[in-house]
Amino acid sequence: MLIKTVFSGFGGQGVIMMGQLLATAGMVEGKNVTCLPSYGAEVRGGTANCTVVISTEEIASPVASEPEYAVLMNNPSLIRYQNQVQSGGTIFLNSSLIEDRPIRGDLTIYEIPLNDLVQQLPDHKGANVVMLGAFIKKSALVTLDTMIRVLKDTFGGKNPAVFKLNKSALVLGYEYLE
Amino acid sequence: MRGNHVAAEAAVRAGCRYYFGYPITPQNEIPEYMSARLSEIEGGVFIQAESEIASIHMVIGASMAGGRVMTSSSGPGISLKQEGISFLCALELPAVIINMTRGGPGLGNIAPAQSDYFQATRGGGHGDYRTLVFGPNSCQELANLTYEGFNLADKYRIPVVILGDGMLGQMMEPVELPPEIPLKKLPPKDWTLTGAKGRPSRFLRSLILDPIKEEEHNWKLMRKYEKIVREEVRWETAYADDAKMMVIAFGIAARIAKGAIKRLREEGIKVGLLRPITLWPFPSKAIRDLAKKVKHFFVFEMNMGQMVEDVKLALEGNGEVHFYGRPGGVILTPLEIARVISSQYYQKRLG
Amino acid sequence: MKKVFSRPKSLKPTPFHYCPGCGHSIIHRLIGEVIDEMNLQEKIIGVPPAGCAVLAYNYFDIDMGEASHGRAAALATGLKRALPDRVVFTYQGDGDIAAIGTAESIHAAARGENITTIFVNNGVYGMTGGQMAPTTILGQNTTTSPRGRKESRDGFPINLSEMIAIAPGSAYIERTAVNNPANILKTKKAIAKAFRLQLQGFGFTLVEILSACPTNWKMAPIDACKWIDEVMSVHFPLGVLKDISGEKRDAH
Repeated sequence: MLIKTVFSGFGGQGVIMMGQLLATAGMVEGKNVTCLPSYGAEVRGGTANCTVVISTEEIASPVASEPEYAVLMNNPSLIRYQNQVQSGGTIFLNSSLIEDRPIRGDLTIYEIPLNDLVQQLPDHKGANVVMLGAFIKKSALVTLDTMIRVLKDTFGGKNPAVFKLNKSALVLGYEYLE
Repeated sequence: MRGNHVAAEAAVRAGCRYYFGYPITPQNEIPEYMSARLSEIEGGVFIQAESEIASIHMVIGASMAGGRVMTSSSGPGISLKQEGISFLCALELPAVIINMTRGGPGLGNIAPAQSDYFQATRGGGHGDYRTLVFGPNSCQELANLTYEGFNLADKYRIPVVILGDGMLGQMMEPVELPPEIPLKKLPPKDWTLTGAKGRPSRFLRSLILDPIKEEEHNWKLMRKYEKIVREEVRWETAYADDAKMMVIAFGIAARIAKGAIKRLREEGIKVGLLRPITLWPFPSKAIRDLAKKVKHFFVFEMNMGQMVEDVKLALEGNGEVHFYGRPGGVILTPLEIARVISSQYYQKRLG
Repeated sequence: MKKVFSRPKSLKPTPFHYCPGCGHSIIHRLIGEVIDEMNLQEKIIGVPPAGCAVLAYNYFDIDMGEASHGRAAALATGLKRALPDRVVFTYQGDGDIAAIGTAESIHAAARGENITTIFVNNGVYGMTGGQMAPTTILGQNTTTSPRGRKESRDGFPINLSEMIAIAPGSAYIERTAVNNPANILKTKKAIAKAFRLQLQGFGFTLVEILSACPTNWKMAPIDACKWIDEVMSVHFPLGVLKDISGEKRDAH
């Protein structure tokens, strides 16, 4: 198994955090992982992206030619990545911000209205983790339990309240898709 | 862990207690990490210097005092450090220098590139000298080579350059870190400047006005470099046994190439990979040996063609070399490079 | 017979190569005497620069590490941070400290590095043959200002010690000269004080010494000494520029 996922959105939407969390969860489950973020000035206010490879074999390239999954948080990301995803692949898109839809017929599309969903959360924050919840439900790359553990390791130490918030965001997204 | 953090932690575990640097993207996580980490350790020293030039000379000072010391930067900053690197070599001082290369020349950009190969392997500073240059291709190898780099720097009294790139510095992979070396276990040095207590006074200098003595100093350095060429060359191969064409690439480019080769193998295209791990000394003999069975070499670099010159020098005409390079910080996908390799493969009527 | 004068033991028995009338030999000797008197030979490390004093390690019988041109303060920073209980000093000329190494010296002072700089100011690049230095005064002839330094073409000289005195990290800055016996004695006291304050951890200390270069000034040694009094010290006034130690000033 070797699965490549691209996360993409505006800088500040938390796409690199999504990639890091997924890669960490993959590592916790004993798989080989690489996480390649975009970085530097382009991340601040520009378009940020992050490529995660999860595999049971050696990962040669951390760069993905044709990812299986694309998690897209804004319209420019859809334009950039819709043709890169491999045939039969899956796109998760933030339908609150993305008006266009891929014209390809060989992809599975999940639409997640993140702006509406975060209304159910205190402070209306955590859209990226909501999306991550939806993503792991359908991709089944890692389990919900593992991801909760990773959230706890990442946020719990500094501030238990932040962990709690992220956990409810994750579960919200996980339960949103059937 | 992120590559830059990995390199910094590996350095501390290797006994590095002195870090001097100056901020430049894409390696800022190294000074940031060292600043926090070294302040937790007794005797740890971190200085954000006023310039790259000052930082490399602080490295010289701490190295003269016998410490394990490191600096890091990227392209333009490494250019500024060249004066100090020449002095480190002349004075025979150990140090580890990390270059997380970005696109150049000039300010260029902050995207990953391999355009500093010449600078690292030829020595961008003045005078006849060599530095040991490693080109790691993963976070794990970055940890191992940074760690070992300190041992080799001390062993040969030579600066060791870790030639990474922006991608290696920023990417995250699981890493098993090497164990911490207690400073007391490090081999003693009998040439350091510590105050002439209970021994005759010493001096470390690179000015040797008498040409005969300067020539002897150069030969002495040369003998050391020859020993390194004999004993420290490292490389690895993959899919080489039945290959009709060998791809030669280093660092991150070698990983992208390996991804491409995996694809090509599925199509029955018989290509292999040779990846130099030491860029100086270069695995010339390994390439010459390969040329006994393989006649076609495909060199891929993220620059306009630098290592390819070493490949041609190694082959001495015994093989046909095709070069494909993408400068400027462009990251190719394995699929794109696979297409270029396969078109060469069929043009040469190998399949 | 009682021996009343001999070579300091922290100097090697090597004859100096410096030109007749040059201040370096006097300054080397003064540093040697201070090292002996303060018993520092086993705990001091010197950093000689590029310039006429580049061969200082041939004369001093102490540990010395050569710096490239202008970088002595950075190199000394690395040494001292690694060996905080040693005494570290740099020995630098005017071109070294006030032109190519301006950034290194000012920032070492700003950081309050606990090191001492002996700054030998003779107003010319001596070793390379008498070119204009950052401390060449207006009107002074050099090989690159043959009709005298002109501000419109060459700019003004730099008073680096005054600049460093402004830095909060500097502890003690004094400008002296070695052109007559009284000034030589004051210089020795200043060097001793700088080392003493370093031992006490006060921070950056600097002694600027106006020193004759008869060869490049194209003057007889005696005229050169007079020129320091009459012309050079007008632009670079002698005296203590900064002292945070609270020590009582010497009677001079």
